Amino acid sequence: MINIKVNGKAYQLAVDPSTPILWVLRDTLGLMGTKFGCGVAQCGACTVHLDGEGIRSCISPVSRAAGKEITTIEGLDVKLGKPLEQAWIQEDVPQCGYCQSGQIMAAAILLRDNPNPTDQDIDDGMSGNLCRCGTYQRIRKAIHVAAKLRT
Amino acid sequence: MKEINHINRRQFIKTGSAVGGGLLLSFYLPAFGKAIKTAVNNAPASFIPNAFIRIGADDIITIICNHSEMGQGAYTSVPMMVAEELDADWSKIRFESAPVDPVYNHLGFGMQATGGSSSTLSEYDRLRNAGATARAMLIAAAAQTWKVDPSACKTENGKVINKVSGKSLLYSELVEKASLINAPKLVQLKDPKDFNIIGKPIKRLDTPEKINGTGIFGLDVKVAGLLTALIARPPVFGGKVKSFNADKAKAIPGVKHVVEIERGIAVVADGFWPAKLGREALEIVWDEGALKDLDSITQRKQYAALAKEPGVSARKEGDVAASMAGAVKKIDATYELPYLAHAPMEPLNCVADVKVDSCEIWVGTQFQTMEFMNAVQITGLKPEQVKVHTTLLGGGFGRRGVLDCHFVREAVQVSKAINAPVKVIWTREDDIQGGYYRPAAHHVINAGIDASGMPLFWQQQIVCQSFAVGTVMEAMMVKDGVDSTAVEGAADMAYNVPNLKVNWNMAPGGVPTLWWRSVGHSGNAFVTETFIDALAHAAGKDPYQYRLALLEKHLRHKRVLVMAAEKSNWGKPLPAGRARGIAIHESFGSYVAHVAEVSIPKPGTIKVHKVVSVIDCGPVVNPETIRAQIEGCVVFGLTAALYGEISFEKGRVKQRNFYDYKILRMNEMPQVEVHIVPSTEKMGGVGEPGVPPVAPAVANALFLLTGRRIRKLPFAKEDLVKKV
Amino acid sequence: MQKIKTSRHRQLKIVVYLAMSLAFLSALAMPFENDKRVNTGNTAAVAEVKIIDEATMERDQLAEESKAAFNEAYTVFMHPRCLNCHPSGDIPLQGDDSRLHTMNVKRGPDGKGLYAMKCKNCHQDTHVPGNNMPPGHFNWHLPPAKTKMVFEGKSPRQLATSFKDPKFTGFKSMDEFIKHVEEDTLVKNSFTYGTRPPLSHPDFVVKVKEWIAKGAAIPDK
Repeated sequence: MINIKVNGKAYQLAVDPSTPILWVLRDTLGLMGTKFGCGVAQCGACTVHLDGEGIRSCISPVSRAAGKEITTIEGLDVKLGKPLEQAWIQEDVPQCGYCQSGQIMAAAILLRDNPNPTDQDIDDGMSGNLCRCGTYQRIRKAIHVAAKLRT
Repeated sequence: MKEINHINRRQFIKTGSAVGGGLLLSFYLPAFGKAIKTAVNNAPASFIPNAFIRIGADDIITIICNHSEMGQGAYTSVPMMVAEELDADWSKIRFESAPVDPVYNHLGFGMQATGGSSSTLSEYDRLRNAGATARAMLIAAAAQTWKVDPSACKTENGKVINKVSGKSLLYSELVEKASLINAPKLVQLKDPKDFNIIGKPIKRLDTPEKINGTGIFGLDVKVAGLLTALIARPPVFGGKVKSFNADKAKAIPGVKHVVEIERGIAVVADGFWPAKLGREALEIVWDEGALKDLDSITQRKQYAALAKEPGVSARKEGDVAASMAGAVKKIDATYELPYLAHAPMEPLNCVADVKVDSCEIWVGTQFQTMEFMNAVQITGLKPEQVKVHTTLLGGGFGRRGVLDCHFVREAVQVSKAINAPVKVIWTREDDIQGGYYRPAAHHVINAGIDASGMPLFWQQQIVCQSFAVGTVMEAMMVKDGVDSTAVEGAADMAYNVPNLKVNWNMAPGGVPTLWWRSVGHSGNAFVTETFIDALAHAAGKDPYQYRLALLEKHLRHKRVLVMAAEKSNWGKPLPAGRARGIAIHESFGSYVAHVAEVSIPKPGTIKVHKVVSVIDCGPVVNPETIRAQIEGCVVFGLTAALYGEISFEKGRVKQRNFYDYKILRMNEMPQVEVHIVPSTEKMGGVGEPGVPPVAPAVANALFLLTGRRIRKLPFAKEDLVKKV
Repeated sequence: MQKIKTSRHRQLKIVVYLAMSLAFLSALAMPFENDKRVNTGNTAAVAEVKIIDEATMERDQLAEESKAAFNEAYTVFMHPRCLNCHPSGDIPLQGDDSRLHTMNVKRGPDGKGLYAMKCKNCHQDTHVPGNNMPPGHFNWHLPPAKTKMVFEGKSPRQLATSFKDPKFTGFKSMDEFIKHVEEDTLVKNSFTYGTRPPLSHPDFVVKVKEWIAKGAAIPDK
């Protein structure tokens, strides 16, 4: 049995401890906002917060989360999430949208740790998240907008 | 999700004729308004004037979108076209994906499909008419209520207004009455100058659900009792299962079934992880088939040999052989272009639930009708027992529109075999190694310039596979023995060359190939646009001016080119170490020029600082969508130029995942500046035309920095080193 | 055959190791002592000269051995498994070709990455099985920003000089340096995955200790 907390709710799970967190979220808990993109920590679509760090859930075994708290896109704190959502809408960021949960989860960490990021900081915080549609320029702009909205 | 399923399958649209400022169309909408009212009994108070619109008593207007949303903005631009003529209150507009029905067929393709950069241009007339028809019916209903002539009424922002009394009625208040009105056969369309929605940078309707985790992509579909399947497919294309042992796979906790299907062995489990472990535990002996020794190096040699064969003529102007002697300078070049995978962010998947008397499919597809027909064929059910639900597509780029419908067939076959709903998931490795690539190509060009420096002759031999020959698309795509997608962008090159010859040799098949965002243009434009640049340099002329001179009769090309030069400060000084390259290409009815600003930070590396893009796509429905698509095209094209390659060794694809099939990242993103030419010309597409000129614009800039002409993609490290 | 060879080799190593351990405590001070003796050499009596000659010979011999030991250890320091986390810039390296780490990963002030690209976000406590999967360790990191400990691009001479500079290593003494090499679990972890360094970890430690015990001599190149 593994005890984890997801978006504030406590769960006791009887799963193979080597199961990646991603598949526990999606297949066991039915939280579909966290996406599967590569399964090898290359694309960032599966980014969730584990005790506040933006981990790649596709290769992180659920055993790693035992006794810890996971936050997914569905449970992102309003203070972090709202400005990002507003900025993403304002800048018409998504195209297909598949990578965007991961982008927002990564951006939330960036803005939490660096409320007023430069373009270089955005490169340093966001280059781990692939977008095949090529929305990078808009993500960059939206992060700047969100930074302003937060102040 | 409510869906309209029993639709009158009458012919839908007839002819069009321009009258005055607007368009007057004879427009037959299926007369199912009343029938639908009884069919959809959970929406008793809605007005459904045609297959595209449902106006609810709650004032919400739902637009039924018959084009899949794969990032290109169809779920915004399709509603915009309807809402404009409907004079709807945009804040009340919602979207819904269309079920499969001939009424939703693509007007050009004759089936329900999304592709060819055509969602907007193919629907521009039909959807505006759908809106205008509904509007006319709402006016008629209001006129009846007020007992006035319809001409005394106008519409505005979701209301009918009595011009005399000033009274108004919300559309929602007219729902019942409008449902009893017969649809008019003729409607007046707006003069574009009166547009309130079309042409405006309307925010995407699908953004909220795509950023809060609620949007449903195929992978996110939930069905009671749903199982997950991964399929072990042959490691070599064309291979087959010889024998297999599933004992170890079945011993994995959570694995429920192991079944053999058409394309391999499916491991079905109660989740992805056990299915993956189960698949790894399978023991399969493969018959690897004819391609077991396929090797990219050998294949390149084979293509080079084929290029020496005459091939089939795709274009012939003047007399190349006779003109050769008059050339003052000749240039030869050989180009090699790799296979490319689409690699949409959402790996392929499909949910199928096959029962004795029904089959439901949830899938992100570009080809609804084909999927539907395949499901009917596999299940043996009646067409009315089969339902296809289109989810959001996590990227398509062509990969989700496949003629053989393999990713849907797999799911239907597995569900049928195990008698339970199943979600077939492709891993990223399955996707990268799964075929349906942009065909690899080999081009041999020789050209000569005359004393004035202008091209005298141009002879081009193209070798590549065809994905049309031998399929249902052959009739549409192959003319006089030439697959149009193999030569597009080369055979129809706009530059004025008096003696021009373009031939095609079909390469042997085997590797599954497919349309890949911008299809044949993706590679052919790289060849033509870098080669014309080389001719300009051979002639000692500015490559922009050279192109301009050769496009004398092509006004749309010229306008785009001139604007690109202007906006990019062509010819003005740049910081040391930087260079500009230009390329222009027409595809899918639109004209795009890119000017790329490039430097080489360290030998063997590249930095694309900026891309200035200009597009003429005719009338604009949503300028923001166009900008977004061009930005996306730049990333897509640059990704292919820098990294894109699928290659083979011992019959197997060498690349596996994003670590060796790389995608451009945030830190590599150039600044992209998009300019749209104001245009009333014929409408073109926007999803693809931005891709072809990217790689040549960058390569042309690199030439100025290195003195090297890049003739093999992707760029190699040694291409990024100054020639000594 | 192979086994016997290996065990003999090990025995030899142990002998060397013991010998070095005796010299160990005075090892760091040795260079200074030697310098003094050389300076007094000119005014020395005949008998003393003889002694100095012996000492010099011994010293030269030791220095040569020290350098040789370092040069062997150097092949490990410069092996991708070690080098990749001691890059010349702030981007770690990866793979046997020591290419820049994909996705623009940066060191960060504490060496543990930045924002949503902390090392541990991908690198698990243990190696993840499978192709191109991130190797694991509970404390995956680079040297911190204030002591970057750059190996990349350094010759043996440059690297050895650097190691003796506390500003470079951030270690207060060579003991701490040895401790890092010998006991740090992340260092040891580098010998457990992918293409292995040319020496085993124990052999590597022996070489480093030998280098220091014999005077931490600076290689000529």
